Amino acid sequence: MPIEIEVNGKRYPVNYPPDTPLLSVLRDELLLSGTKYGCGEGQCGACTVLIAGAPRRSCQIPVSAVAGKVVTTIEGLEKDGRLHPVQQAFLDAGAFQCAFCTSGMIMSSVGLLQTNANPSPADVVQFLQGNVCRCGTHPRIIEAVRHAAKLMQEHGR
Amino acid sequence: MSGPAEKFVLEPERFEFTASPLHQFELARRDFFKILGSGIAVFAIAKDAFAAQETAPGHRSFHTEDLPKDISAWLHVGEDGIVTGFTGKAEIGQNIRTSLAQTIADELRVPFESVRMVTADTALTPFDMGTFGSRTTPTITPQLRRVASAARDLLIEAAAKEWNIASAGLVAADAKVTDTASGRSLKYTELARGKTLAQNLPAEDPITPASQWTVAGKAVPKVEARAFVTGKHQYTPDLHPEGMLHGKVLRPPSFGATLVSCDDSAARALTGVVVVRDGDFVGVAAPSAHQAQRALDAIHAQWKEVPQISSKEIFSYLKQNATAKSDDRNRQQKGSIADGLAAAAHRLDATYNVAYIAHAPLEPRAALAHWTDGKLTVWTGTQRPFANRDELANLFHVPESSVRVIVPDTGSAYGGKHTSDAAIEAARLARAAGRPVKVVWTREEEFTWAYFRPAGVIEIKSGISSDGTLTAWEFHNYHSGSSGIETPYDVANHRTEYHAVPLILRSGSYRGLAATANHFARESHMDALASLAKMDPLDFRMKNLSNPRMRAVLEAAARSFGWPRKKTQDGQGFGVACGDEKGSYVATCAEIAVDKKSGAVRVVRLVEAFECGAIVNPDGLRNQVVGAMIQGLGGALFEAIEFENGRITNPRFANYRVPRFRDIPVIEAVLLDRKDIPSAGAGETPIMTVAPAIGNAIFDASGVRLHNLPMVPNGLRSA
Repeated sequence: MPIEIEVNGKRYPVNYPPDTPLLSVLRDELLLSGTKYGCGEGQCGACTVLIAGAPRRSCQIPVSAVAGKVVTTIEGLEKDGRLHPVQQAFLDAGAFQCAFCTSGMIMSSVGLLQTNANPSPADVVQFLQGNVCRCGTHPRIIEAVRHAAKLMQEHGR
Repeated sequence: MSGPAEKFVLEPERFEFTASPLHQFELARRDFFKILGSGIAVFAIAKDAFAAQETAPGHRSFHTEDLPKDISAWLHVGEDGIVTGFTGKAEIGQNIRTSLAQTIADELRVPFESVRMVTADTALTPFDMGTFGSRTTPTITPQLRRVASAARDLLIEAAAKEWNIASAGLVAADAKVTDTASGRSLKYTELARGKTLAQNLPAEDPITPASQWTVAGKAVPKVEARAFVTGKHQYTPDLHPEGMLHGKVLRPPSFGATLVSCDDSAARALTGVVVVRDGDFVGVAAPSAHQAQRALDAIHAQWKEVPQISSKEIFSYLKQNATAKSDDRNRQQKGSIADGLAAAAHRLDATYNVAYIAHAPLEPRAALAHWTDGKLTVWTGTQRPFANRDELANLFHVPESSVRVIVPDTGSAYGGKHTSDAAIEAARLARAAGRPVKVVWTREEEFTWAYFRPAGVIEIKSGISSDGTLTAWEFHNYHSGSSGIETPYDVANHRTEYHAVPLILRSGSYRGLAATANHFARESHMDALASLAKMDPLDFRMKNLSNPRMRAVLEAAARSFGWPRKKTQDGQGFGVACGDEKGSYVATCAEIAVDKKSGAVRVVRLVEAFECGAIVNPDGLRNQVVGAMIQGLGGALFEAIEFENGRITNPRFANYRVPRFRDIPVIEAVLLDRKDIPSAGAGETPIMTVAPAIGNAIFDASGVRLHNLPMVPNGLRSA
């Protein structure tokens, strides 16, 4: 019996071995390539997804560990053509250059805002410490997360 | 221009990988219209484009007889109203897809939204040396303006013909041509309909001065940004065509190791696995990455290793192994150092060391290769698609016309993606497999098998008079490079010399090249001289500086920073540094705090003034300047590649520290817009003065002068 996982509201059978990192299953088997490989050691945050609502490094989690849990990736944030407020906020703030870190930054920030609806800049810095941006767009990312908090309060989400 | 009277030309920066000259374009005009549909096109003779790129100071030599005689497409106005611009430059996060589209929209008088750019595709775009050296804005922007201007003239002529009147009273604006006398107008779409009208770029065609720009010069958000926040944009590692295999390469245990024996029988026995052995190259391809890894693990190889230099001994090694005599191109001298030193009231000699660092782009090197009917197509994140194409053609013994290299918008490069390594590996495996093969380097491979910003040793001898005037300046750079080696200060007696050393680690371009090392040494040393002269560091610089553009950035940075500032707490320090390179000017002021107990150094605030002529997109420019400042923090404070016995000992983000959120100070970028000066590039220069400004602030706080980059990998020990 293959493992079944639920990603972005859809159930998928997984044929890769159970110890395969979730990241590889997402990218190579399910072809959800919005989640990025940056280091494979949980040090850069590019592969961040939500597992049962909490941000996790998908390169560090064997796919067997998410059987029966709900996984959300960057592809699952947009609803009916409407961007998630965090996506919208990153867009509004121009908070990317090469944007390779952006998926992970957005997923981590969604996780942060679920537990802290109104984070201070210091809260954002603390929470995103594990996400690497090599282009040096950090100030705009902090601004985007704070802007997202406002958008979410305004929209009651 | 003031400053050093003669701008001398040193050896072209040796750590910029150079491209071989080029050749033929594949796309004949007829094919071009077949692909893009009817419309109006303006072509540049590629020779012009090539020459224009190489008119920069310090240009490298090439044979003009080798230059392409073909004509390449640059711009097309379609009957659907879509304007397509073509450039061989790659989008690597520096935002040229946006800034070049702005330029075309501005000159052609069309809305920004109607312009799209085709970039870095060797089958579709004109030849290009590569995306490096801050060359896109100063070379491609005016080229595209010229073709857009010529296209506008073509549209006006087409309207004149349509109306059977002279073109004199016709005006192009808002994507239409209007006859000012009668008020009638024709849209570009109407004028382009059914036409296959093409023209070569005229030799002379005036372009719109920066003071009259309407679309350019303004903040425009990154185009196609929505694809990035939704994860839909496909970088090279995201490509996944039907039937694709995942490739992996067997790496030697150390640099320079050679393959003695290799038993790959167990790997070959695995289902669906392709194993390739070709000389010292051993690689595998399999339907999944874990199958490929299993196959790689099943290969038993023996390697012969050779002794290697370690990072502990690198600086003495560089000094001892420098070329005894540098040739004249590497040396510049004016006046007499001996006289200058004799006249000095104070002398100061010092040595500065700069460690190897890695680019660590978040998107690792990757390529997808596919052979069909003897022709190779490669998708890869490279800064040099045409050079990659040539290298692939050479290696696989096929004509260049049989190789196409396409660069998807890439997850950054910083000078680190010039070579074709992943492309070669994927192509070799794909040829054996007969299917598309993708190779994505691991982070450890990135940190080990790419190339580094070279280490270097810099020695300075100097003297000042009792009133703080520079009397002598002697500057030697060993190995790290000659970029930014000239002093911008006024000094009667100076000698500048670059000393080559054979490579130890594989080395190449890195954002700003050696200008960062040379500015660190020079600006740290200037600060030490100011201290000897008992002068304020800013006043000391101004006293020895007549270049008005440099003075202007120093003044702007100082004003925003509030220089001179009084210390309000223990451990606080302020520093300043300035420089110029590649036609742009930068000055940085830093505030730092030293925790005297732990020795921890925190950068509290950075203010940087930057001037690169007329600004094309202030939003994109701000991102580039702030980004360079933050990237510069890493090399300044803690980044260093450690190596021993031919192995990198810190090939992970866990032990190669890059700037993270907690390291980010308050940052202010002051952008000076000089509409009277042609736009220069901005990708590199803003990184140069971060390290010395911080070092000078550390000295101000602690009295400790730091001579090595990185400055405080383990905190300030002697504080």
